[in-house]
Amino acid sequence: MTRILVLAEHRMGELRDVSFELIGFARQIEGLENPEVSCLILGSDVKDYAKKLAEYADKVITVQNERLEGFNSEYYVKALRQIMEREKPFLTLIGHTAVGMELAPWIASSLGVPLATDCIDVKLEHGKLKVTRQIYSGKINMEATLKEAESYILTIRPGTFPAEEVEPVTGAVEEFKVELGEPKGKKFLKYVEPPKGEVDIEKAEVIIAIGRPVREPEQLAIFEELANALGGVLACSRPVADKGLLPKDRQVGSSGKTVKPKLYIAMGISGAFQHILGMKNAKLIIAVNKDPKAPIFNVAHYGIVQDMYKIAPVLKEEIQKLKQQA
Amino acid sequence: MNIIVCVKRVPDVAEAELEVDETQKDIKKEGLAFDINEWDNYAVEEALLIKENYGGTVTVITVGPESSNEVLRKCLAKGADNAIRIDDGGLKGYDSYVVAKILYSVIKEMDYDLILTGAMSGDLAYSVTGPVLAQMLGIPYATLVKKVEVQNGKLTVNREVEGGVEEVLELELPALLTIQTGINEPRYVSIMGIRRAAKKQIMVKTLQDIGLNEKKALEKSWVRIERMYIPVIKAETEFISGSPEDVASKLVGILRERGLI
Repeated sequence: MTRILVLAEHRMGELRDVSFELIGFARQIEGLENPEVSCLILGSDVKDYAKKLAEYADKVITVQNERLEGFNSEYYVKALRQIMEREKPFLTLIGHTAVGMELAPWIASSLGVPLATDCIDVKLEHGKLKVTRQIYSGKINMEATLKEAESYILTIRPGTFPAEEVEPVTGAVEEFKVELGEPKGKKFLKYVEPPKGEVDIEKAEVIIAIGRPVREPEQLAIFEELANALGGVLACSRPVADKGLLPKDRQVGSSGKTVKPKLYIAMGISGAFQHILGMKNAKLIIAVNKDPKAPIFNVAHYGIVQDMYKIAPVLKEEIQKLKQQA
Repeated sequence: MNIIVCVKRVPDVAEAELEVDETQKDIKKEGLAFDINEWDNYAVEEALLIKENYGGTVTVITVGPESSNEVLRKCLAKGADNAIRIDDGGLKGYDSYVVAKILYSVIKEMDYDLILTGAMSGDLAYSVTGPVLAQMLGIPYATLVKKVEVQNGKLTVNREVEGGVEEVLELELPALLTIQTGINEPRYVSIMGIRRAAKKQIMVKTLQDIGLNEKKALEKSWVRIERMYIPVIKAETEFISGSPEDVASKLVGILRERGLI
């Protein structure tokens, strides 16, 4: 039997998909004998979440403490550490999410357990733990071996294993008490939800999304016009919102909006996984990018390896011509 | 407030077509432009803004070969006061855990109120250095920070999490923050700044100075790179080629067929 501990996530009253993805991912790791998947959920009141998780994990471990209301990593690392010391899992899987990026490196360093982050594939081969990670914005895959140890921590890229494909089982729920102590240097104050913008791209049927090659406000016009010609809205990837060229509520991706339009045209977006997570379920995806190996082409139905600034104006004209004929 | 910013020199690959080199453990670097890691650039700007508002100093620190000096020079030109480079002797293959260890051995001897790092790097993207450094130093930290306010010797920070939600936290100093892109508008380097920076010294330390050597640095790494390769684009993607006019008319055909126009 190989013990695997996965960390479930919830925020603002919602159990997050990554919890189920990790359970599914844990079961399909090549080379592990007889995996037993325990799922840990931490919070102030997690009974309902535990019930749902127990439909898929062999065991659910709950830690309930009022200090775990809100996400103060100081308490979360303490709780997770105590559970890891007690359960002694061979593998601890955490999402490569805002939670995982905060907790995993700290715990790994404090326990002296090797960590590999943002993994998309994991296997145990001749006693060695091997992972595949994507680097250079998803343009290169890296295969790596972890330093040999009795236990490892991995953060897994969200969306790697589809949450809806996890096989149901009947797991037990066990409650653990942990010692969280007094706060040291950190206080959780509140969550702030993003302000509602004037355009709700989540409701749009047609989206033209622009990426990093748009650097100046003057460069927006042609894409705005193309969006208008198609009766759609303009959206963007992270670098465009970072520069303030479009408001944050137009950003598609894990830290922005998740969209499912009928048509998504990605212009100059290379396709970092955070962006892909926000648009991969669009019905028709057309990508324009100069780099023929850009990861965006992996989710695109149609790919065009060209300069977006050359394609956008002629495409707009063609559409307008057609509309005039009609 | 005395601030330390950890920075890294990386190739700019955003619009480049990459190739793997003959060792299969690295990419071909020829022809790529190098610059400060994008996240670190925002961290440097945030440090300079805090210094301008509250006084103090900004020290930039990096682990890398001599070529990393250009990134430190750029930070000095923007207004950083001091720069430290820990020379890795051109060593390859050590991971971010070891980088954090190296930074720790130098920073623990320094006087600081705040440490900033990028939330990740654009090359190997581990997102490990900052939180590990905080753990080793035993100070409070927050990752993915999108807003920083200083009040009564404490920090109020916003962490950016999924879906545009932000967590607001209060941290006591000294603390470490990993900075997310978009937190500010990084300034450009001025000619005046470059002149000023030219007079400043970069302090250089070696791995031996901090009791490490190349062998140990590799042994202590959590992750050992075995192979790099370019992921294959799935075969179902249909590529449309031709002149922009040809492409546009083909696209219009596809959109029309699907009732999208």
